[in-house]
Amino acid sequence: MTAAANNGRQPVIEARNVTRILPETVPVTLVKDIDLAIFPGDFMAITGPSGSGKSSLLYLLGLLDLPTAGEVLINGRPTHDMDETERAAIRLGTLGFVFQFHFLLEEFTLLGNTMVPMRHLGRFKGAAMRERAEYLLDALGLADHMHKTPDQLSGGQRQRVAVARALANDPPVLLADEPTGSLDSKSSEQVFQILTDIAGRDGRAVVAVTHDLDMAERMDRRVRLIDGRIVADTVQTANTQMAEPA
Amino acid sequence: MTLLFDIAWTHIRGRLRQTVVSITGVMLGVGFSIAMAGLMQGSQDDFVATLIDALPHVLITDEVREPPRQPATRIYDAVAISGLQPRDDRRGILNPTAVTAGLRVWVPGTFSASLSGQGVIGYSGKERGIALTGIDPKAELAVSAIEDDIRQGSFAALTATANGIVIGDTLADNLGAKFGDTFSITSASGVRRQFKIVGLFHTGISASDNGVGFVNLKSAQILFERPNAINQIKIHLEEVNTADIVAARIEAETGYKAVAWEEANEGLLEAFKIRNTIMYTVVGAILLVAGFGIFNIVSTIVHEKARDIAILKSLGFRQHIVMQIFVLEGLSIGVLGSLAGSALGFSLCRLLSAIKFEIKGGPAEITHLPIAYEPAHYAIAIAFALASAGIAAFMPARAAARLNPVDIIRGAT
Repeated sequence: MTAAANNGRQPVIEARNVTRILPETVPVTLVKDIDLAIFPGDFMAITGPSGSGKSSLLYLLGLLDLPTAGEVLINGRPTHDMDETERAAIRLGTLGFVFQFHFLLEEFTLLGNTMVPMRHLGRFKGAAMRERAEYLLDALGLADHMHKTPDQLSGGQRQRVAVARALANDPPVLLADEPTGSLDSKSSEQVFQILTDIAGRDGRAVVAVTHDLDMAERMDRRVRLIDGRIVADTVQTANTQMAEPA
Repeated sequence: MTLLFDIAWTHIRGRLRQTVVSITGVMLGVGFSIAMAGLMQGSQDDFVATLIDALPHVLITDEVREPPRQPATRIYDAVAISGLQPRDDRRGILNPTAVTAGLRVWVPGTFSASLSGQGVIGYSGKERGIALTGIDPKAELAVSAIEDDIRQGSFAALTATANGIVIGDTLADNLGAKFGDTFSITSASGVRRQFKIVGLFHTGISASDNGVGFVNLKSAQILFERPNAINQIKIHLEEVNTADIVAARIEAETGYKAVAWEEANEGLLEAFKIRNTIMYTVVGAILLVAGFGIFNIVSTIVHEKARDIAILKSLGFRQHIVMQIFVLEGLSIGVLGSLAGSALGFSLCRLLSAIKFEIKGGPAEITHLPIAYEPAHYAIAIAFALASAGIAAFMPARAAARLNPVDIIRGAT
């Protein structure tokens, strides 16, 4: 499934002419005039050199940051006049985040961490919630570690927990910021495989910021940023070897 | 909500030592304020109880508060006369038997009619002023606790000895007179009579120990040349708290000035109010200091857990939810501290009331600190502790809620 094939369909996230300028003494332009649509099932890499605005763009797409100009639409809904509460609700139910550093709650077990978004949203409750958390951790190869705390795990394992947590509320979009940036090559490969598996399943879109070009090569769609502007948006159909939704 | 509790709990647990210190701070604040309030209230109650025992609950005197309405003002609305003095009627309370009988009908309590006046004691060349009260011994004992303060002889002996007198022991010492001695008293009108000491009392109040005497009502009426007159009625009520209502009604019905014990001791009760204000200020200050401890720990946690805050916000926790977590932490410390403090306060009260004091010269040899056990003290201390905990946590919690997750995520990368 590719961007080209989505003509006429509604994007899950759409950036229209988005610009973000940090209001410092000397204003810093993070991204400028970004037009970008992410469709259900997209498996997209955002690449570019350091400081090109990759992460900033991801935060804007994920409603963690607000654009200075332009707007971001989620499922066709404009978000610029939403209040903080509504944006938080979208983050909770529609978006899943994975950061470069796992960002788990250190005092909670893996199971506990995975259940945090579910307990907060309430879409999954009680036994169903626990089953889902166990299922996700099991699927990510962490069945034996569910009752451990993050400090007892390796970096790759922690990052997989972060993925499990991001998927907890079954969001249609997963946003990952350098998900393998702090991992060794073996763990990187494992995490990347997981992302590959997730993308496209049930129409879920996965957007990953990465500076790893090899990894980006293996993704369906690549958006390249330089100095805060999109310089290339390529779609690659040959590489869609992972499972389509059944 | 349980999720918020879980998160708040991990934060508090992660800072165990500091948490314990904060809880201890609240505990000490709550505990000491409860003990202090109990002690203050206890001593006040004790004092008031002594006061109520020692003094008549309502005192009717032959004075009138308001000058009588003049005929002119009664007839013409436009007339107003100012500068009038209340009448000073030397005849005393007129028709005392009828007045007392009228009161007996509706006032639940005991009555004692008396005649008071000034006299001068002459004994072995010395002269001393004395405030003399002529009473019916039996009736007087029903309204006053003077019998408890008798050191030698008895109050009831007045009945048997027509010219008996009961005076304070200090006065007797000053005169050099002993129990059983006889001296003369001269009244303002020049009448002079002999009296024999049949009782000595010591109340601990030097003004009365050194200048008050009790004689039979008849003797007083002869001495003051006011046959069959009285100028005071003391009332000992069954229900002390109704004193002001009863006094007001008596005054309305008889026209004589009736003073309830609250009115008579207004200055003292006013002083208690000031004392309580001071106490609650000090207690408030203690709990305020405890509040700073809470502010400190919640601020530290917010600072330490900035990363967690960013995580929660990126996961879609709203600002006010994040704030709730940290307010909850402050309140938990407040609640734990309050519970521990209540226990501490109760133990302190127990401990204080167990301490024995030996007071010399008093009729009771050993006495305990009077402690009041009032649920209100606990409620006030806990409410104040929780309020200060909530406010102390609110400020850093608001700062936490306002943290921008992107700043923290960027900082971590």
